[in-house]
Amino acid sequence: MKPVDLLIVGSGPAGMAAAVTARRTGLDVLVVDEQPAPGGQIWRDIETVAGTERGTLLGAAYLDGRRAAEAFRASGAAYEPGAQLWQIEPGFRGFVTKAGEARIIEARTILLATGAQERPAPFPGWTLPGILTVGAGQILLKNAGQVPAKPVWLAGSGPLMLLYMTQLLKAGGEIAGYLDTTPPGRLSSALRYLPGALRAVGDLFKGIAWSLTLRASGVRRIRHVTDIEAVGTEHLEAIRFRTASGTEETVQADALLVHEGVIPSVHVALALGSAVTWRDDQDCYVPILDAWGESSQPNVFIAGDGAGIAGAKAAALRGEIAALGIATKLGQITPEAAAEASKPARAKLERELALRPFLDALFRPREAIFIPDDETVVCRCEEITAREIRAMARLGRPGPNQVKAFTRAGMGPCQGRQCGYTVTRILAAAEGRSVEEVGFYRIRPPLKPVTLGELASLREPEATS
Amino acid sequence: MFRKLHDPGQAALRVYIDGVAVPAEAGESVAAVLLRQEAVWSRLTPVKGSKRAPYCLMGVCFDCLAEVDGVGSVQTCLTTVQDGMRIARQRGKRSLGA
Ligand code: FES
Repeated sequence: MKPVDLLIVGSGPAGMAAAVTARRTGLDVLVVDEQPAPGGQIWRDIETVAGTERGTLLGAAYLDGRRAAEAFRASGAAYEPGAQLWQIEPGFRGFVTKAGEARIIEARTILLATGAQERPAPFPGWTLPGILTVGAGQILLKNAGQVPAKPVWLAGSGPLMLLYMTQLLKAGGEIAGYLDTTPPGRLSSALRYLPGALRAVGDLFKGIAWSLTLRASGVRRIRHVTDIEAVGTEHLEAIRFRTASGTEETVQADALLVHEGVIPSVHVALALGSAVTWRDDQDCYVPILDAWGESSQPNVFIAGDGAGIAGAKAAALRGEIAALGIATKLGQITPEAAAEASKPARAKLERELALRPFLDALFRPREAIFIPDDETVVCRCEEITAREIRAMARLGRPGPNQVKAFTRAGMGPCQGRQCGYTVTRILAAAEGRSVEEVGFYRIRPPLKPVTLGELASLREPEATS
Repeated sequence: MFRKLHDPGQAALRVYIDGVAVPAEAGESVAAVLLRQEAVWSRLTPVKGSKRAPYCLMGVCFDCLAEVDGVGSVQTCLTTVQDGMRIARQRGKRSLGA
């Protein structure tokens, strides 16, 4: 049976655009996604929500997803929603579980379009029910049309925070207060990137417009918040916070949404052995890619926010460019044709990326979120505190993998997606080493938990077309 | 903790959480339904037995694990509700064969 030309993991802006372009070059394409519908997180439920009042409320950038999803559906790419990819073997053989059944998909090339996740920002009490991420709040608005029932507290920083607050108010939700954790002086350090950012001036205005809406709405905003603690036994009951000037306050709360920016999802890339590099300005790893999005592992391409945070428009452009690169590698088009065809996308991409250094500097998180207090739970799955990680560091100069073996941090179902960076940063600080030197967890399959029942259902490779 | 902005009307379904019938809407996730309940938690941690509720809603944190139609450790944020679905809050680890 014949392997597919291209297996795309993820059907957000990058995955969908790549599928459309790859199909146009004549490749046969299979797209798998663990989500139940196309759109990724940014355009979550776009196909069902676009035509409704909720769609209008979510705004123009959300509604952009409708055209992308239509083009994807019409592209002729095979599409499997609700499918979790848990291993890729060289060659390639992708192991996927769908509705309790596992199977193997053979593919000549792979495009990872797995997007971003919110940056884990642990603080005391952050595991209590009643606390969700802002991204989660926004997904609930898109997917279920729901908002916090009572006035909600928000804490953190970043463009998504401002966007969600604006959407929430428009929808009729109420905000009890916003604990703005953006450190003092960020605007002035961001200003040197302003000339570049001005090239993306439309988006910049959008950012300013959000802030204006919030100001006009009279939302209580407490600036320069440095420490947050969630108090409660079985559910969030109160939030204690302190500002840079030393003011302390405790407020009653039953809901708190937190956000400290987004980082690329690099788990699958790491498991495949694709090289990553540490980005100091973004406080995260990004994959090392060539001009076509190919990683250090031949025939493994990466596009979208998983290739480095740049937003939905850039994601789609990178998806398009990667698809042209893949088509060239598979001999479907000539390098000259690919170079020519990628020109418009590259020009647009350059404009999109021009805004990033400004945003990165403006919303760079405060140092404290990377190196939490002793009491703070670092690994949510195994309930390991920062104290336990630091105690390990005192016993020698262990790396993340030794810490994992001894404490079980990173061994739970999330596989270090929540604690990986924090463990690395704590070790680096405690051992006086650089983040790069300390390194990250070795990521091993399965990438998602698999049951024995699912393994037993595993069938040998089958044709997908 | 959360409330719906609209009446599901035609799309209204019914699911059971720990045996109690609750309204739901076609297309939404099981986690979204949980978050509208009086008790929003989805599972007890296997280590310390502390309560957890859906946190990220995008498949990253695994705090939304619950038993759905007899299958343990299902990520409820990635699972769309079906009429008559039976959801049970999960107490500790699932058995290996589940
Ligand atoms: S809520 Fe995080 S994985 Fe479902």
